[in-house]
Amino acid sequence: MMKQRNWLLLAVMLAAMLVFAACGGGASNAPAGNEAATEAPTEAAAPAEEEAPAAEEAATEAPADGSADAAATEAPAEEAAADASSGASGDAVELRMTWYDDGAEGAVMRDLLDRFEADNPDITVIMDTVPYATGILETLPIQLAAGEGPDMVRVTDLGGLSPFFLDLTPYLEDPAYWEENFGPFLTWLRQAGDESSIPGFMTQLTVTGPYVNKTLFDQAGIELPAGDATWEEWAEVTRQVAEATGTPFAMAMDRTGHRFAGPAISEGAKYFDAEGNPALDDEGFRKMAQLLIDWHADGTMIPDVWMGAGGSYAAGNEQFINAQIVMYMSGSWQIGQFNEKIGDAFDWVAVPNPCGPAACTGMPGGAALVGIADTEHPEEVARVMAYLAQPDVLGEFYGRSLFIPGHLGLAESGVEFVTDSPLTADALTVFAAEVPKLNEVAYELQGYRFNRAIFNATSDRLTQVLVGELTLDEAMTRIQEDVDKAIAEAQ
Amino acid sequence: MTQKSGSYSSPRRSVGEMIRAFFYEIYAFIMNLADVVLTPLQRVIGSRNMAYFFVLPNLLIFGIFVLFPMLLNFRYAMTSGTGLFLSDRPFVGFANYRALLNCTNFFDPNTCVEDRFWRAIWNTVFFVGFQVLGMVIFALVTALILNRGIRGRGFFRSVYFYPVLLSPVVVALIWKWILQRDGLINAVLISLDQERVNFLLNADWTKFWVIFVSIWAQMGFYMLILLAGLQSIPADIYEASAIDGASPWQDFRGITLPLLMPTLFVVLVLALIRAVQVFDQVYVLTNGGPGTATFYMVQYIYNTGFSGQPQRFGLAAAASVLLGLTLLIFTLIQLWLGRSSEAV
Repeated sequence: MMKQRNWLLLAVMLAAMLVFAACGGGASNAPAGNEAATEAPTEAAAPAEEEAPAAEEAATEAPADGSADAAATEAPAEEAAADASSGASGDAVELRMTWYDDGAEGAVMRDLLDRFEADNPDITVIMDTVPYATGILETLPIQLAAGEGPDMVRVTDLGGLSPFFLDLTPYLEDPAYWEENFGPFLTWLRQAGDESSIPGFMTQLTVTGPYVNKTLFDQAGIELPAGDATWEEWAEVTRQVAEATGTPFAMAMDRTGHRFAGPAISEGAKYFDAEGNPALDDEGFRKMAQLLIDWHADGTMIPDVWMGAGGSYAAGNEQFINAQIVMYMSGSWQIGQFNEKIGDAFDWVAVPNPCGPAACTGMPGGAALVGIADTEHPEEVARVMAYLAQPDVLGEFYGRSLFIPGHLGLAESGVEFVTDSPLTADALTVFAAEVPKLNEVAYELQGYRFNRAIFNATSDRLTQVLVGELTLDEAMTRIQEDVDKAIAEAQ
Repeated sequence: MTQKSGSYSSPRRSVGEMIRAFFYEIYAFIMNLADVVLTPLQRVIGSRNMAYFFVLPNLLIFGIFVLFPMLLNFRYAMTSGTGLFLSDRPFVGFANYRALLNCTNFFDPNTCVEDRFWRAIWNTVFFVGFQVLGMVIFALVTALILNRGIRGRGFFRSVYFYPVLLSPVVVALIWKWILQRDGLINAVLISLDQERVNFLLNADWTKFWVIFVSIWAQMGFYMLILLAGLQSIPADIYEASAIDGASPWQDFRGITLPLLMPTLFVVLVLALIRAVQVFDQVYVLTNGGPGTATFYMVQYIYNTGFSGQPQRFGLAAAASVLLGLTLLIFTLIQLWLGRSSEAV
């Protein structure tokens, strides 16, 4: 009897332990949702493996791709120690900045923040570097909706997340400077009807456009087409190059409706009706869709990117880096990665966007660093943002990160890009020259609040056509329905 | 010379005994301490009700982390919009269910309003049918072989069980590396002057490999259950049948299969439920592709609720309720069949 009672008592204890275990263990400084945020006193987070398009589309990617990339960086240990000794760190406000990396810009940002912290010992900024797809696209919106977001975050869904952004205006010494230098891009960050808030600034302006493997052209003895060549002409020429050099495929395009949009607009796609509502089924859209289908059917385009990715974003950068394709339609954010990974293995060059009957345009886009309205320290957030937005600081960020500036003053005066590679410098020049050529529809689409619904529906439904699940007619109907349903749900 | 029971004062005690005695004293102390609380409690609520007291912590955990979210899910399934909190979400009744079930022809997803939902359903039905069948057959055959006195039986049991220990993500990455364009199999094919096969770009091949990999990864678990079932069959029955001159096939049909049936039934139900829930492995291996060839129910729920923009929590919740109902039906069938077999 005694023995039985003891066992029962043991059971109670185990149950109590379970309860304590379930209730405890949650005390952490890491903000909700930031994956494996470790406050490593290192200089920089490891760059994400995934290439995160600094832009735009509702990209989703296998979590395994970048799940290990989550990391947090903080001020160097020496500085922390110095702060502690001076008694400053005890009063320091800790701000969390959620970040993702396309290349090495996280290290540059950390460097700039370290300098800020040295001058402002009352503020500490911890960078939580997360994978782009799972961290920024999937988790962040839920964090923000739950009021558990960070103090600052680098985002690409500029309009979609705008309800959560902090208006820095009351805390800024010179709001006019922001209007003057970030004005056109601030409209992307504002909610409908808002014409005055200042939520943040662009960490980069991006333009979509193609890269080609120039070495393969040289080996094939074929000249690069002229700047006004059409998509069909490019397809033909790259096919010839692929054939002559034994390259497996002529072309690749990132699997996203955003990358598709530039060529479609060039072919005449309008995307919106006269009232400004999405209206996707037109001749231009169909023309580009048919080209995409034909290029997959005849083996011009590598099938792995669009057909092999299921329902998610996929990039062809690895295939281009490995010289498996001649031409790769992506965007300016790849420059840093190509500079690093291709180096001088072959000559890679950015070329102007091919033309269609309506335009020769890519798509604009970009990433912005914004404050979050739920922050408990709006004043400190504004101080950090104001520091980073200074022309010399931001210029250094753009220059070292090899990003096209999203600051009008710097765009005009020019940024000194830190690179020894003439290929990299040339590519930056080509993409910068694409900015004035961007079509009005492209700007309208980029600024549209529900553009992600359009981009997602485009890539998902066209993929179904490529694998034979839908006809193009069915796909066009479904794309419009998907977009309408998404907008209805959001409204 | 006699030693009192429970006394540990012998000078000849070993170190092990001393350690044991030390822990026993701690245990006794804690137990006595618990007695201080539990004895009065038992007097108040009665000894019969003490069982509920012991179950309470587990019930609390279950309630907070399982039951409450489940009830919340029912409520979400009747709301719309993109708001996260229920207070921000308009009530729409059964509109989400109506949208999911709105089809002209349920066998043709293209005629359905939510065509991807129905593609996911039919893909899941296909997957469950072939995967469960394949799983049970392979697990049974392997268990039968390993139940015989073959050399290295223990080694082979470990080998077949090893994939069960791997994370589904690891399994998927291994097989992705094997099956991709520049993967192991294609490297072998090319070295043999054969054409490269794009296993992960062809819908039929992808369906096959998803089922194959799933069986490979999980078969060891079911094999062990069946092995335990086989070893519980008394050997004298086989001896008697041998005396009667029964062939191995007759042994299998007349003895092994009937006596293994309860175990086989457990395996079947477990495999069925797990197959319906398929997600992580396929998500990493094919991400539902090519197109929607390997797009299953749980991925539909995940994509609709989390990775799509805007995130349609209501629709995803409704789909998950329907999936839950499906699993409930399977479970009820299992209970019913289990009771029927007990009655027999």
